[in-house]
Amino acid sequence: MSAPVFQARGLTKVYRMGEAEVHALRGVDLEIFAGEFIVLLGPSGSGKSTLLNILGGLDTPTAGDVRFLEHQLTGADEAELTRYRREHVGFVFQFYNLIPSLTAQENVALVTDIAVAPMPAHEALDWVGLGERLDHFPSQLSGGEQQRVAIARAIAKRPQVLLCDEPTGALDYETGKLVLEVIAKINAELGTTAMVITHNAAISGMADRVLRLGNGRIVGEEKPARKLTPAEISW
Amino acid sequence: MKSLDRKLLRDVWLLKTQVVSIALVIACGIGGFIGSLSTHSSLLWSRQHYYDTARFAHVFATAKRAPASLATKLRGIPGVAEAETRVVRDAQLSLPGVVPPMIARLIGLDFAHPPGMNRLTLKGGRWPAPGAKGEVAVNQRFLVARGLKLGQTMTVLLNGKLERLTLVGTALSPEYIYATRGGGMPDDEWFAVLWIDERSLAAAFNMEGAFNSVLLRLQHGTSSGVAVEALDHLLEPYGGFGAVGREDQVSDKILTQEINEQKIFGTVLPAVFLLVAAFILNVVLHRQVNAQRGEIAALKALGYPDRDIAVHYLKFASVIVLLGVALGVWLGHWLGSAMTGLYTDFFHFPEFHYRMEPWLVLAGAGATLAAAFGGALAAIHGVVRLRAAEALRPPAPAEFRPLLVERLGYGQLLTPSQRMIMRNLERKPLRALITVAGIAASVAILISGIFWGDAIEWFMDVQFNRVQRAQVSVGFAEAVPRAARWELERLPGVKQVEVQRAIPVRLRAGHRSYRTAITGLADDAQLQRILDADLHAAKLVPGAVLLTTRLAERLAVRPGDTIQAELLEGERIKAGLRVGGSVDEMAGMNAWMRLEDLNHLAREADLVSGAGLLVDRDGERALLERLKQIPAAAVVIVTRTLVDTFRETSAKNVLFFTTILTVFAATIAVGVVYNNARIQLAERAWELASLRVLGFTRGEVSVLLLGELGLEIAAAIPLGFVAGFWLAALLLWFMPHDVISFPLVIYPGTYLFAGAVVAAAGVASALIVRNRIDNLDLVGVLKTRE
Repeated sequence: MSAPVFQARGLTKVYRMGEAEVHALRGVDLEIFAGEFIVLLGPSGSGKSTLLNILGGLDTPTAGDVRFLEHQLTGADEAELTRYRREHVGFVFQFYNLIPSLTAQENVALVTDIAVAPMPAHEALDWVGLGERLDHFPSQLSGGEQQRVAIARAIAKRPQVLLCDEPTGALDYETGKLVLEVIAKINAELGTTAMVITHNAAISGMADRVLRLGNGRIVGEEKPARKLTPAEISW
Repeated sequence: MKSLDRKLLRDVWLLKTQVVSIALVIACGIGGFIGSLSTHSSLLWSRQHYYDTARFAHVFATAKRAPASLATKLRGIPGVAEAETRVVRDAQLSLPGVVPPMIARLIGLDFAHPPGMNRLTLKGGRWPAPGAKGEVAVNQRFLVARGLKLGQTMTVLLNGKLERLTLVGTALSPEYIYATRGGGMPDDEWFAVLWIDERSLAAAFNMEGAFNSVLLRLQHGTSSGVAVEALDHLLEPYGGFGAVGREDQVSDKILTQEINEQKIFGTVLPAVFLLVAAFILNVVLHRQVNAQRGEIAALKALGYPDRDIAVHYLKFASVIVLLGVALGVWLGHWLGSAMTGLYTDFFHFPEFHYRMEPWLVLAGAGATLAAAFGGALAAIHGVVRLRAAEALRPPAPAEFRPLLVERLGYGQLLTPSQRMIMRNLERKPLRALITVAGIAASVAILISGIFWGDAIEWFMDVQFNRVQRAQVSVGFAEAVPRAARWELERLPGVKQVEVQRAIPVRLRAGHRSYRTAITGLADDAQLQRILDADLHAAKLVPGAVLLTTRLAERLAVRPGDTIQAELLEGERIKAGLRVGGSVDEMAGMNAWMRLEDLNHLAREADLVSGAGLLVDRDGERALLERLKQIPAAAVVIVTRTLVDTFRETSAKNVLFFTTILTVFAATIAVGVVYNNARIQLAERAWELASLRVLGFTRGEVSVLLLGELGLEIAAAIPLGFVAGFWLAALLLWFMPHDVISFPLVIYPGTYLFAGAVVAAAGVASALIVRNRIDNLDLVGVLKTRE
């Protein structure tokens, strides 16, 4: 296996909620390697999203150290983190977060306009099977289609990592599987490192590695004997 | 406290900056309204109070020389309650070190018996001793403007003899609340009113047993018209110059004009402010109500009736309005006091009380509440009508469609960011329109407030560089043969002399009449020209009179009509006079004829009553000193001194109003731009945060939000220029313009200034919001669906 994409040591995150202190992460050590498909499992409040946000440059740890390849993410300022997200990270969210005033193609172009060596917007949409719906506005697309546009938008910049926070959370079963297929395909064919947060344990079958979080710590790590295709899993 | 009210307080606190910015716009409207109208009512009250306590006369007349015995007949005029006669003469006044001659108006009084009307108020020193020669009381403003001290002496040319007079007291008179040599300009430095023992004044001018000035007070409920007619009739044999009612008395006329202007400023401009405030309030409430859709649904589900919910949001609007009104009352009080202070510079009352009447506050608050409720109800209506279950669901996703430019096939010209901006604008055209209108209104208000400086500047330029071009004007005590011009030409420093003749006249057309003077000009007149508003020179028609358009309108005559002229001098000829034309002059109510025609009308030889001079700069001083020695040169006016005084006063006023209106306009602009940016931010925080997550920088995201506002500001400013032009025209149209009708002149610099102020205010408010964009909660926003 190649060099780690992410290396984290003693990651700690403490939020202040008024008087109370919330320990979202309590010393997480982690290494993630290029091309891995990682599934993060854990109950609400276990620290999955906090971890993903820190790895994605949306948040900074209270203590500890995190590196992405040669980039030191700890201590990076806002501008550096913005550049990091822009150049290396693709995000997919539960609620798609598309821009309602832009068409599918334009939503993708929004990212390709600012990326270093992106793929053309229509190619990214072809990838997710939406090559025919380029000129539709979000309000004219179904939930699954919107999520696929969001994925196309995430991969169009050819990111090294694809971070997905509950990508199927708002979708029905069939549509959810379709979206997972797209993510798996990207991981397999483009070699993009993928990290997927989910409540849905069934999805862990697709992973190279499953990390279980609980109470701000990694409480378990599994390597499934055989990596399943999305078609093979069900819930 | 009810929970709903607690929610109200928290909502207000949460939106405090927006609440304050809207309240400030309201405060400007209320402040302008209360400030102007309370100044208006303070002026009215002060004038009325002063007129009453000083027993100000109702009718005024001057004559050449009438016997004292006529006084009994004057008292017998029907409707007259009291009549007083006196001697009033103008004379040249000199003070050491002041080269241009000044005019003293000498008014004879019996200091042993206070007059029954136009009573004076002693402000310092004492009254001249009855019968004392050489003691005078002077009007307070002259004393102050010239820095004189009681006990000082000055020289006055009394009937050809230089007399030294000692200042023993200083006083105010209701007749000279606004003191002027005759023009419409404040004249404190060059015009003194001197009250002197009546016997010594009469002796100096050979007026013993005679009078030349009449004051009448009328019985309650009598109008002045009948008394004026009768008085004219009685004075006619004694060289009466035509009586006038109070409304045509110079000081009262100018005061009235100013009072009326206050009323217009106090109503037109605040109306615009309140309108803008109502619009912003509408937009903000709309947003607030929509953002709280879920809460409203929950309240409905809990069983709150629609009315309670509506009242809750009306209370929210009321909090803003009442805060605005409270600030506005304070601001209005301050503004009113400041304007009152400005007025005391040229209106001289013994007591000038600033008063704010309660009805002003009630009216202002009522109008604002009504405007705000109108806006709020429209916003509330839609949501309250929703069924609870419907309101619980998130609103349908925003629908967008391709832009007009895209439908036309030019879409590829725009980047995705530009498309976002444009589509947002296209999607909510009404809001964009309100924003543009609000910003344009602030530009317009600023222009309509500060263009007066331009209008005055232009007026001064035209009046003193193109119309009255003489540098020094000389008025003779009596009409003299035209040959007098040769003597003037021989005086030191004189380069050019142009003579003219003015004869006081009462013009009549049907039942209408107006007292003015006909001025006769030489055919080749260069120093006094007749120009219309477009600066075209009017031609004098032989044998006919040319009237200022305002005068022709007042007499309701048109070119070709015949009017009756009663000359109030010499043989007091009455003759029909053909109206040769009318000319749209900016200043005065003038009647013009050819000099020969006027002398012919008066059945007199080739006489002149005054001259305009062009003077060599180096010789001016010598000339003015020399003119002081010439008794026949009764009135000498140096144009420069007039212009300087006027500029000084108007500069102060223009600066004051420019400052105030700049602050007001900036407040509107900030109110509109800031609230809009906040609403946009609230509505699109989710979208913008998503972009930030995708790697857009703060700057790039700000451009998306603020670009829309930038476009709106860019569209609003030129629109504001047009609106400002028309608002200025409207104000001018409303303004009384008996004395001067100001032209609608707006210099490019004024547009530029207004545009720059509003753009700066817009940028400043955008920057405040930019700070919020920088602090968007990236993590939180991803967890929620808008």
